[in-house]
Amino acid sequence: MDWQAFALTLRLATVTTAILLAVAVPLAALLVLGRARWLPALEALAALPLVLPPTVLGFFLLVMLGPRTAFGRAITALLGHPLAFSFSGLVVGSVIYSLPFAVQPIVAGFASVDRSYIDAARLLGADPPRLVYSLLVPLARRSIIVAVVLTFLHTVGEFGVVLMLGGDIPGATRTLSIVLYNQVENFDYSAANRTAAMLLFLSVTALVAIYAGVRPRGGRRA
Amino acid sequence: MPVFARAEAAVLEFALDTRRGSFHLHIECRFASDWTVIFGPSGSGKTTLLRLLAGLDRPDRGRVVLDNEQLTHSDTGAFLKPGRRKTALVAQQPALFPHMSVTANVSYGLAKLDRARRTARVEEMLELVGATDLGHRHPQHLSGGEAQRVALARALAPQPRLLLLDEPFSALDGSSSDALILRLRSWLHDQRVQTILVTHDATDAYATAAEVALLHEGRLAALGPAEVALAAERRRIIDRLGPSFE
Repeated sequence: MDWQAFALTLRLATVTTAILLAVAVPLAALLVLGRARWLPALEALAALPLVLPPTVLGFFLLVMLGPRTAFGRAITALLGHPLAFSFSGLVVGSVIYSLPFAVQPIVAGFASVDRSYIDAARLLGADPPRLVYSLLVPLARRSIIVAVVLTFLHTVGEFGVVLMLGGDIPGATRTLSIVLYNQVENFDYSAANRTAAMLLFLSVTALVAIYAGVRPRGGRRA
Repeated sequence: MPVFARAEAAVLEFALDTRRGSFHLHIECRFASDWTVIFGPSGSGKTTLLRLLAGLDRPDRGRVVLDNEQLTHSDTGAFLKPGRRKTALVAQQPALFPHMSVTANVSYGLAKLDRARRTARVEEMLELVGATDLGHRHPQHLSGGEAQRVALARALAPQPRLLLLDEPFSALDGSSSDALILRLRSWLHDQRVQTILVTHDATDAYATAAEVALLHEGRLAALGPAEVALAAERRRIIDRLGPSFE
């Protein structure tokens, strides 16, 4: 078992999930409460990584963050190293790749909050940030938990973006999915079995935890 | 334009023109009474009108002016947000925040007050609506009538100038509703809060001896004392019940 890759995978998933939670809650609130005409375009953009092949996304990010673009050169000058093939680059890729898995459950949760609560709060003087933290977040907390777990698991399991953008650098960009790929490529099926079992265990445990946590007391039809 | 005036009442003027699908609301009016009843059947535009006055929706065209302050004016683009127009709306559905206690619900609109004044105001409001012993309960443990009382207390807590009531006492029995309206009306008069009560029950209009605006298919059909504005409705009820009730 490659414990270094295991720790890196968990670190990547944790950082990505934390960033996405901070981004997805206000973004979902904007999509649900906003009335601007350009919001459907923003919603489509936020959903794009869901249908875009991960390798395509990884390739675009690799080019954009590399020395071929002004943006990539500016980032390199700012950080002192290129974002591609670094842990920070992986985080950027993972945040974009997992964005819909964070945004969509939260949008669904916020949209299901009774409109009359929002109207009542607006009449009582609540501004949008207060609407979000005093009403939407507590009333849609189950959707937020689902978003956190889905984002975490999706990041743990990502492969295409990681390989395109990060390559295979031990301790920096080599995640469990890359390790599994290498093990299969080297015909080391017993090691691959252990790595795959670990990924499966992580996924099943997290999913059981979600469904146990978000299930209403007394059952779904209570 | 008909006008009903009493001393000290705020003046509400509005001219609104808006379409919602096939429904067209077109109404111009001036209320200077402290208690006005808007009467009309379902679908006549009562709730749409209240939402436009409260600022929850914008009209296609029109204006709302309260005590010479423009709340909405489509020509100039003026539009005060709902929480800034000192207007409260209590609907048939109390919409109490389910994750907060009654006290937290009533104090929601009092964020700018310090804790002592907030507590005092909450107690005053709960006493006004007869709900002093409900403070620690959550909405899911309230009866329909209790929830409506609390919703009223929550709406009044921030000291609105205009109170819009959209059939808010439907879950109270007749005598409780009458007693609450009586107490409320006197308090609102003292506080100079102009109140508009929307109902489809003609007895609400007669019981409060209010000025009545009769709404029909999005238009103002009559405006005046209840016995004048609701003459046709009175006739209809008597015909239905029989001549012995006249």
